[in-house]
Amino acid sequence: MKYSIPKTITNIESGWCPGCGHGIVTRLLAETTEELGISDKVIIVRDVACGSMQSGVVTYNNIGAAHGRTIAVAAGAKRIRKEDIVIANPGDGSAYSIGIESTMHAALRNENILALVVNNSVFGMTGGQMSPTTLPGQKTTSSPYGRDTSYNGNLLDIMKVLNTFDIAYLARGSVDSPSAVMKAKKYIKKALMMQQDNKGFCLVEILSPCPTNWGLSPEDSLKFIKEKQQEYFPLGEYVDKGGYDK
Amino acid sequence: MAKTLMKGNEALAESALRAGCRFFSGYPITPQTEILEYMSWRMREVGGEFVQTESEVAGINMLFGASAAGARALTSSSGPGFSLKQEGISYLCGTELPAVIVDVMRIGSALGNVFQGQGDYWQLTRGGGHGDYRTIVLAPASVQENADMAYEAFDLAEKYTHPVLIASDAAIGQMVEAVELKDFHDHDINKYDWVIKGRKEGEDKRIAENVYYAMGADEYKDFLLEKYKRIEDNEQKWESVNTEDAEVVLVSYGISSRVCKEAVKIARKKGIKLGLIRLKTLWPFPKKAFDALTSDIAGFLCVEMSILGQMVDDVKLATDNKFPVKCYSEFSNVPDPAIIIERAEKMLLENGGRK
Repeated sequence: MKYSIPKTITNIESGWCPGCGHGIVTRLLAETTEELGISDKVIIVRDVACGSMQSGVVTYNNIGAAHGRTIAVAAGAKRIRKEDIVIANPGDGSAYSIGIESTMHAALRNENILALVVNNSVFGMTGGQMSPTTLPGQKTTSSPYGRDTSYNGNLLDIMKVLNTFDIAYLARGSVDSPSAVMKAKKYIKKALMMQQDNKGFCLVEILSPCPTNWGLSPEDSLKFIKEKQQEYFPLGEYVDKGGYDK
Repeated sequence: MAKTLMKGNEALAESALRAGCRFFSGYPITPQTEILEYMSWRMREVGGEFVQTESEVAGINMLFGASAAGARALTSSSGPGFSLKQEGISYLCGTELPAVIVDVMRIGSALGNVFQGQGDYWQLTRGGGHGDYRTIVLAPASVQENADMAYEAFDLAEKYTHPVLIASDAAIGQMVEAVELKDFHDHDINKYDWVIKGRKEGEDKRIAENVYYAMGADEYKDFLLEKYKRIEDNEQKWESVNTEDAEVVLVSYGISSRVCKEAVKIARKKGIKLGLIRLKTLWPFPKKAFDALTSDIAGFLCVEMSILGQMVDDVKLATDNKFPVKCYSEFSNVPDPAIIIERAEKMLLENGGRK
């Protein structure tokens, strides 16, 4: 198997914890943009915290947005740079909690961007607090007895919300196994092709491990994604207006 | 170009477009809404981007993205909505991005009301959001100045890569006056070496983020102090009216300053030597206007529309406690020239005229 590092990945060490999924997602982004020949058009809009560390490991020009504002900022940038490929990189806390209104309205306006959401079911950098995607029963530093939905509220499956919207593409992938990674890559690539063709809003969520805040080994974290996270957040394509499967 | 009759808010919007603004994102709120409404059709005519956003927070953040991408970008609001813009204004300052933000001031805290007011002075001049920053604040007092200041605000914002605020108010925004508009100016979104676009191989990588990260704490501190000093040295703007021989000098801006001009005229006819310093920039505060005055003035009378008196703080700082400084403040009513003159006469009586 021929294997080479994408040109847009730098040799600067990231600050991500061992077993974190951010690196895999970033790698997939680099591979897909290179395969599509659009690396020189990419603008990344990153969030604060763990996601912000992407800036150092890629060669793309990028914008550091306020927490929860990557999608709004990306939509603003794309409207000025229509020839470029603009990708917002929020986490689950950013896209579904503080930034949910912009996630919804960017989708309603069918803004021609990709929201690439890394979902690890916690607020990572702040030490693993409950997020809108924390599973029922999951212990976090702000749900120490496990998420009790009658006390902490219910979780949000964005696929169930946005699948009724008139958007270009909506999919959920995972990085819990090599085959899942290949599928996630396909989703990201399709979304980027749709942006190239001005099809509109694309949201790809990637279930991603956070061993540090889950209190699990990297290996058990992958099992957690497969056995627990996917029970509430099933993988697959939910909206696909591209016709790129052939 | 011949003069036309225009509403203040619309003149501001049209003038911004003529300055090359091609991005507007905003949300309805009285008394600012005509800017949004005007942009909703006119921006399309000139080939720019108009977005009515889901909130003011989204509006300022979309503007942040447009500005980082190189556009001349505008957003506007009033009172409660302007508070929601503060997050983004702090980020624009920290990231060193230019943008123009209009606050068409209304009265009161909380919901307050839609009448003209000047109670956002502290918020406008003290930063308004979190952290250590100032913004350049322009204060128009007529429809013509609404147009002129909106036009020059973009140049100023780019000169310092810094947000510029326009402190308009309900009266200036809603009144109709004759205005002469400047010609259309083309803005090149690739003009500056900091704009974010796709990176071609071999080009330096560009990152739009808090500049403090790349500089480090010590360098950033020096950088900011130098930058703000440069703005203070170069950008103080004001208008002095009959200050040369004045015994009492009024200090005011925006809608209140128009009443003050009237008061100066009436007072002079009565033989009272009244003058006026009208602020055209709220920050940098025009200290130079005060430095130029002689020392035998009976005092300064601040005229502003805020219950607590806000601008008066800066007048005390600018005069270094060397003169009596009083404040005549109104809330929902525009200041009255008769009351201004009465207060000035009282100051003269208490403190004596020129020696």
